[in-house]
Parts: sequence; C-alpha cells; structure tokens
Amino acid sequence: MTALWLALGFWLAAWALNVWLAGSRLSQTGPGRALVPLIFGATVLVLWEGLVRGLGVAPVILPAPSVIAAKIAVELPVLWQDFTQTILKGAIPGFLMGAGAAFLTAIAIDRSPFLQRGLLPVGNFVAALPIVGLAPILVMWFGFDWQSKAAVVVVMVFFPMLVNIVAGLQASERMQRDLMATWGASYWQALWKLRLPAAMPFIFNGLKIASTLALIGAIVAEFFGSPIYGMGFRISTEVGRLGLDMVWATIAVAALAGSVFYGLITLIERWVTFWHPSQRH
Amino acid sequence: MKDATSQPVIEAKGLNLVFQTADGPVQALKDVNLAINQGDFVSFIGPSGCGKTTFLRAIAALEHPTGGTLTVNGMTPDEARRKRAYGYVFQAAGLYPWRTIAGNVRLPLEIMGFSRAEQDERTEAVLDLVELKGFGKKFPWQLSGGMQQRASIARALAFDADILLMDEPFGALDEIVRDRLNEELLKLWARTGKTIGFVTHSIPEAVYLSTRIVVMSPRPGRITDVIDSPLPKERPLDIRDSREFIEIAHRVREGLRAGHHDD
Repeated sequence: MTALWLALGFWLAAWALNVWLAGSRLSQTGPGRALVPLIFGATVLVLWEGLVRGLGVAPVILPAPSVIAAKIAVELPVLWQDFTQTILKGAIPGFLMGAGAAFLTAIAIDRSPFLQRGLLPVGNFVAALPIVGLAPILVMWFGFDWQSKAAVVVVMVFFPMLVNIVAGLQASERMQRDLMATWGASYWQALWKLRLPAAMPFIFNGLKIASTLALIGAIVAEFFGSPIYGMGFRISTEVGRLGLDMVWATIAVAALAGSVFYGLITLIERWVTFWHPSQRH
Repeated sequence: MKDATSQPVIEAKGLNLVFQTADGPVQALKDVNLAINQGDFVSFIGPSGCGKTTFLRAIAALEHPTGGTLTVNGMTPDEARRKRAYGYVFQAAGLYPWRTIAGNVRLPLEIMGFSRAEQDERTEAVLDLVELKGFGKKFPWQLSGGMQQRASIARALAFDADILLMDEPFGALDEIVRDRLNEELLKLWARTGKTIGFVTHSIPEAVYLSTRIVVMSPRPGRITDVIDSPLPKERPLDIRDSREFIEIAHRVREGLRAGHHDD
C-alpha cells in the first residue's frame, strides 16, 4: 500500500509544482513551457506505477511502466527488427507511394473534368473497403513480407491524400488566378507558382492524417500473415502467449514512432506554410 | 484628343456581353462604342452593375464579349493578353502571401522569362517608383493596406506594358491614403506616358485623375456620356476646389442621375 500513497503524494506535489510554474515568470520562457508537460507526463507514469503496485494489479491486465521499460531494454534487438520491418519497410514506403500516387492522380483530375467525374468516385469506393477485408487479399497478392503491408498502406493513404490535394488545388483565389492569366502564364507555370503553394496547407493536413493511417495500416496488415517478425506480428503472437509486457513495449515503440513521424511532418509544414495565418507568429 | 489621327490603343465597336446566369441571361454590356488613344487616362464611373468592371475585364480578355468587336493594339484582347500588352491592378492587392514584396513584384518577370539580373534591376526600380524602397524583404501581411496596394501597382508596372488597367484600386483605402496614391498615380502617369483605364465609383477621383471620363449606367450596362476634361495635365490636389473641377464633377453627377432615371 505504501507505493500507492507515495504515488498519490507525488501526484499532489507535482500538481502543486505545475500550478506554481504556470503562474510564475518561468512559464514565459522556453524551458519553463517545456517543463510543465514533462512534469505532467512523469506524474502519469509514477501514478500508474503506484496504482499497479499498490493495488496489486495482475501484469496481464496492466504491467507497471518499470516492467515495460525493463522489457524494452532487454528486447531492444527484437523491437528494432520489428520496427525496421513494419515502419521503415512497410509504413514509410507505402506512405510515400500512396501520397505520390495521389498527387499524380490529383493533377490528372485537375487537368480533365472527365477524370474528375470518373476517378473521385472510384477513389471513394476503394476508401470505403474495410481494411480487414482488404489486407488478407493484398497479402495473397503480394506475399507475406513487407510488400503486402506497403500495399495496404498505399490503399489507406491514397484517398485522404487525393481529396485534400484536389481541394487544395482549388484553394487559390479567383483574383490570384486572374493575375496569372493577365501575365500570360501557362498551366504549369500557374500550377507551380500559384496553385501548389496555395494548396500546401491542405496537402499537409492530408499528410498528417495519412501518417497515422499508415502506421495503423502497416501494423494491422501483419495480423493477416507476415514473417516471424514485425510489430503487428509481435502484438498478435505475444497476446496469445500472455506476454503483455512485450505487447506494451511494442505499443510504446509504435506510439513513439508515430509521434516522431507526425512531429516531423508538422515541422516541415511550419517551414513550408509559414505564410498561412495559422502558422504566423 | 491628341493624336486623333493615329489608331486607338483600345477600340470597342458595338460591344455586347451577355452573362448566362441561373436566373436567365443578364446583359452586362450593351452596344458599347469607345476609342482610347495612346497616353489617355480614361476613368469609367457608374453605379454597381453598370458594366464598368466587366468592360475592363473584357479588355483584359478575362471576360469574353458575345457581340461586336474589341481590339487592343489592333489585336484581339486574348492575343494582347498573351503578348503581355497590359498590367492589371485589382480591387484588392492580391499579393501571394508566401512571397516577399520583392518576390511578388518579380513574379510576372519570372513567368515572362526575364533574366535574373533584369528581374532584380526592374524590381528595385519599380519598388522605388511606388516609394516602397527598403520594404522588398517584408512579407505582404507585414504591410498596411495602402502599402500592399502600392506593391500590387509596382507588380503591374514591373514588365513595363504600355497599358495599365486598374479596377477600383483604391476603393478599400481610407480617404487620406487614397488622395496620396491618386497624386502619386498622376505623377507616375506623367512620367511614363502609359495609357490608363481606371474604374472607380468616386466622382472626385474620376475628375481629378482623368483626361476622359466615361459615365456608365446599369441594366443594361452602357455608356451614357463621355466627358473630355479641360483640366491641365499638372494637377495639384487643391485643383479640386477650382470652378472647372466642380463643373465637370457636376456634369458627371448629372450623367449618373440621368442613367438612373432610365430604370
């Protein structure tokens, strides 16, 4: 029980510290602002640890953070291999291919109203297919290795990207397009110098949505057949063996990878669309 | 008026333009006849819906007439557009927010394929002309509305077309800024000798700036009066208190009122 009381005590102390920090002059500075969420995160972990130990929760229901951390430290080579298979080979190439294909399709749709009427409904139809139905089929087509996982990711990423790019290409104002006309600009000049820059806020929204979909797609697709490594494979087999600490370790890696991926896109977005009202400071 | 023998820069004969809308056809321009000569400063004035903006857009080939003929430098408007015969200034500055002021001014030059050195040279020169020297590295949203509009004028001047088409360029600005920009525009016109088409709904602005004032009226959009201004080319702001100025302004107002009685 002492662990529980210690954790609750830590919680109250950290709470008081954060209240004080938020009111103090330190919260105006960079480090001060970073400190508040860090303290909050640490508190969640300590409280979790204290609750699990103090109340004697079974490790199958919820392992303590320290147990998960120990598992990560021991199984680092396995986790790295899984990460390479699922993220570096499955999710990221699929993400890039899907986004690239959506981009080319969006340009084609933009050039031809015929395709606009034909391709968007088809894209919509594909997006409506359930991934649990699609993944086994793609595993049949492309084999157990990462290729089939990348294919699932391509399918998942394609439609949200397409919709966002098509919408983005119409985002420039009429006056801005008229200006291009008065300068006698060609289609590609207007696309490159006006319509693509104006589309960037939409494209980055699409990329952010697609980045989480890519992760989900790559992991879930492994449930339907994979070599004996990969994050989805690890989760499904370790659940069967009641190795919940390993499942949590894999989840931690997935969460970390997802956050880094998303953060990277946000950083690039801030750099590319610095001019947009939502990014100006 | 001057050079009446030479060919007009812009010439409309029996021009008609009908928009097809959901409520049926709308006659935006009806039987418009007008010739604009080299070096003229022509204002188009009238209530909204009189077709003044439509006419300017038709000159720029942004709208397409449904009848009659319209020539710009002896060509069709679309040919003239592709030959970059004119600079166009819209109601709002329409600067691209991801480009700096200098980058915006340079944009038409990039599209028209000027060399890098010439782009720099011309950008600097026109920014100087509109008194925005030193603001080239700022982004549009960092400048006031008046400065943004001056930047958009610099952008229209950068490639040195002989014709400048301006659609209520100062409409959104306050009176003091507008006076100042009007004065600067006159100086610029005197210095460059460009042919200017200028849409406005302000009588003092039209009278102050123009060598000719075209009064238009709505439903259907048509020309009701063309007034040649007797004012001298040199025009200090206080010319607006002179008897001649007030007489022309009166005639414009009468013309506008006559147009309204027709409804």
